[in-house]
Amino acid sequence: MSEDENTPDSPEDEALDGEKAPALYLAEFDTTHDVLHAAEKVRDAGFEKWDVHTPFPVHGMDAAMGLSDSKLGLLVFAAGAVGLVGGFAMMMGMNGIDYPIIIAGKPAESLPSMIPILFETTVLLSGITAVFGMLALNGLPRHHHPVFYSTRFERGSDDKFFISIEVGDPKFDLEKTRELLASLHPTHLELVEETVP
Amino acid sequence: MSAHEPIAGIGETHLLPPNMTFNDVTEAVARVTENKAPRGWWFLFIGALLFLGVLNAALGYLLATGVGSWGNNSPVAWAWDITNFVWWIGIGHAGTLISAILFLFRQKWRTSINRFAEAMTIFAVMCAGIFPGIHTGRPWFDYYMFPLPNQMSLWPNFKSPLMWDIFAVSTYFTISFLFWFTGLIPDMATLRDRSKTRVRRMVYGAMALGWRGSNRHWRNYERAYLILAAISTPLVLSVHSIVSFDFATSVLPGWHTTIFPPYFVAGAVFSGFALVLTLLVITRQVFQMQEIVTIKHLDLMNKFMLGTGTLVGYAYAMEFFIAWYSGNPYEWHVFRFNRLALTAEGFDGTMWWAYWAMISCNVLVPQIFWFKRMRTSIPVMFVASILINIGMWFERFVIIVTSLHRDFLPSSWGYFSPTLMDILLYLGTFGLFFTCFLLFIRWMPMIAIAEVKMALPAADPHWVPGHGDEGEDQDHAPATEPAPAE
Repeated sequence: MSEDENTPDSPEDEALDGEKAPALYLAEFDTTHDVLHAAEKVRDAGFEKWDVHTPFPVHGMDAAMGLSDSKLGLLVFAAGAVGLVGGFAMMMGMNGIDYPIIIAGKPAESLPSMIPILFETTVLLSGITAVFGMLALNGLPRHHHPVFYSTRFERGSDDKFFISIEVGDPKFDLEKTRELLASLHPTHLELVEETVP
Repeated sequence: MSAHEPIAGIGETHLLPPNMTFNDVTEAVARVTENKAPRGWWFLFIGALLFLGVLNAALGYLLATGVGSWGNNSPVAWAWDITNFVWWIGIGHAGTLISAILFLFRQKWRTSINRFAEAMTIFAVMCAGIFPGIHTGRPWFDYYMFPLPNQMSLWPNFKSPLMWDIFAVSTYFTISFLFWFTGLIPDMATLRDRSKTRVRRMVYGAMALGWRGSNRHWRNYERAYLILAAISTPLVLSVHSIVSFDFATSVLPGWHTTIFPPYFVAGAVFSGFALVLTLLVITRQVFQMQEIVTIKHLDLMNKFMLGTGTLVGYAYAMEFFIAWYSGNPYEWHVFRFNRLALTAEGFDGTMWWAYWAMISCNVLVPQIFWFKRMRTSIPVMFVASILINIGMWFERFVIIVTSLHRDFLPSSWGYFSPTLMDILLYLGTFGLFFTCFLLFIRWMPMIAIAEVKMALPAADPHWVPGHGDEGEDQDHAPATEPAPAE
């Protein structure tokens, strides 16, 4: 691998032992308009294990892919509730039960003075859950994905838009899927292969 | 599509150059991390390292000697330490405002400056965090502030505003860092995909977490971003409110005021915008970012400074009025003699210069931004932004020191003079801030690449190439394309 330092992706992978197997079709588009309407066609064709790759979130793409709403809000709400209750339990347990101290003539378990910290613990747990929950729902961090075998995919984080259909999809057919994708007028269409050990 | 064209009738213009492509944005931002650093960067970086050395030396001396090496003493027990803390925390607020509040208000212009301002927030909060840690006198007992049992079986006192502060500032730092990091993930993937060397690919690849621009991921990502913005908005308002509680819940004249929370928040945003502007003016020049951070962005920021500066001016006037109107002789004394200090015989106070420095820098200077020529003049806004930050430092100094040095008992009046250690420590924090900041702009995408692309007309699926603007698919030589007639 060492001699390939300056050429990322595919040449390095060829050095690995193992057979090549088709992993996914990758169709490339130039504009958000084209990829959005192509995604609608793929959705209508009934595929499941497919994806759209864009350098930035494209407005309306969730509907074009037929995706449901993100579940992240539920996770964050639960975490926020834990933060609120946990913050209360912490202050009540420490200042109210374990070692009550009367300061400035206020009750040891004074509720109004807890409000700022209750707010902060709620926010803290919500925020941490929003980020790590998002990564967990996305299956990230992920070290490897067959889509990276395509050198053209390097521009997927720059200015190109891709639709990938994976071999694992029940409707996948090496010929028919290619025909479907070709009918969407991509600027480039390739079969990405991965190395099977 | 008419929706993408500026409305000429109300004087609207393009935010970004109309012929800018997605690839232009990638190039402009990513090349900073790929090319050799300009000479100006090295010059600034070596300077920053020197000041970082000053900070380390000052901290070492302080720990070995004790806080007696500062000018603080009875009756002025808080002075530069807490002034610097409040000032640095306030600086950070602009970053969160730009990234969270302007996001909720769908202000697309924020995309060119939000990454920059968020990074500034993180580094400013780091600088701020030093001061409460060391001003306790025996910093090795700082863990008393955490909810841990100590050797006397005591718990922290959660009724103390100082404890609220610990929670507010540490939550603020954590959430700001996560927000910044979340925004960086797609841009790290961009840098990874452009990498020419193995080291770059591995480092940026690790930070990109395997991001592949999947729309299934963007769905959760955008929701996470929205949630972070929604919780950061009350968070940022709470942080400086809680900082102000450190003062407002005491009974000291000049501190015991209900106007403090909104007054502190407005001042924080004001000073933060000023520092963002100072740094932005230099950076866009050094790294040739004028196309992405346009004069229109700077104009909008100056409007923000005018608005928040005027809010701060209103707060000054109102606390002064209430000091008189309340009929409380101690409160009135603080304003009349400790701060304003204008008597029939002329200035007759010991700290009058601090109050007047604050008024002129914070209230008078931003008024020049009523004029468009001033708002769009780089030298004017640069000088004004520095003056505003000096003024905002004086605001905290005025609140803390002028109130403390002459309170209820004339027999215990005193005066405050800073020592060399006070000054070195404050200067040293600039070393920490600028070292972190310069490393950030050199090695990380200093502008949110994915978000700026979303603000381009071509990001909208209804946009058709060739309609209105020229097609965005000729992305290899966009700079040489003739601009469309406007």
